[in-house]
Amino acid sequence: MEVTEPRIPVPPAIEADLAEGAAINSIRETCKLIPDPDKWLEEELSRNIVVTTVDAVLDWGRRCSVWPVNMGLACCAFEMIAMANARFDIARFGMEFLRPSPRQADLLWVVGTLTWKMAPALKRIYDQMPEPKWVMAIGVCAISGGTFRESYSVVPGVNCILPVDVYVPGCPPRPEGILYGISLLHQKIGRSTIQGQLADKIEEWKQKMKLEAYLGGMWR
Amino acid sequence: MTVALKAETVGQKVAQAFPTAIITADKEAIIVPPDSLFQVAHFLKNTPEFDFDYLTSLTAVDYLDYFEVIYHLTSLRYDHSLVLKTRCYERERPTVPSVVSLWQGADLQEREVYDLMGIIFPGHPNLKRIFLWEGFPGHPLRRDYL
Repeated sequence: MEVTEPRIPVPPAIEADLAEGAAINSIRETCKLIPDPDKWLEEELSRNIVVTTVDAVLDWGRRCSVWPVNMGLACCAFEMIAMANARFDIARFGMEFLRPSPRQADLLWVVGTLTWKMAPALKRIYDQMPEPKWVMAIGVCAISGGTFRESYSVVPGVNCILPVDVYVPGCPPRPEGILYGISLLHQKIGRSTIQGQLADKIEEWKQKMKLEAYLGGMWR
Repeated sequence: MTVALKAETVGQKVAQAFPTAIITADKEAIIVPPDSLFQVAHFLKNTPEFDFDYLTSLTAVDYLDYFEVIYHLTSLRYDHSLVLKTRCYERERPTVPSVVSLWQGADLQEREVYDLMGIIFPGHPNLKRIFLWEGFPGHPLRRDYL
């Protein structure tokens, strides 16, 4: 049986191939090599870099993305809900999420009457929040107990158990009032410096170390 | 519309069933002493003529001379209602028998009355404070609290 090998045709150098090669060669000849990336990066950066203090950047970041955890305890909570919705829209201030989890939040809203039975839960939520954290007391009942101040079951003011940064009075406060409180809190955050916080912490640690050393010496 | 039964006519029938119990009835309510309360409640629930299968509410009032525990009964079958009251003249340990075994809904409300008024309900499965915390001094809805 005769086996015929397949013939492989050799393509002729036709004009299309020649034109393609000529085009590639012309591009290679006319192209400009880009200079060393380091050089143009330096040039661009020199026009775009902003020099600032760490304080200003940190405060700006914290101020513009405050994540609240909402503690809606009584009727004032409806004003808070209205504030979160489209008409008053706290998303304009970078706080569109009402965090049900305290571990991702840095602002605690205490909205409404706080009873003694609820107080341990509120304290626990506050303790679970990471530093730095702020607290807003919204409504007369949260500020001082309000009409229920003399009652047997109501905490006379949230500041009995938590440090409060901003008080928003009203029974209930209107959503605009709460927004004004938020803007005041933004101003407060904008004024804070890490230097002060750090210095306070360092002083605290020093005192603690001293105390421990003192106690250790006594025990020895 | 739920028809409020005349307490006087119902009271007469209850008095026929329990001749020994002291039962008084005025325009609005049947008033029984705490001793015979459970019997009367059982009778009102299980008599086919009345069939009060639903306890709408259970509450208490402090009139300083006595505590009054009030039961609002409703029959879903006949769509009629009745008010049953009992008076407790003791101040230190007022005691009224529990009706949880007749109406399950009395569970929370008896706990509430115990918490705020200090009335004790023997026969309740879990009689402890509900709104206030353990260790709270006194019962704050009593008139002599403060």
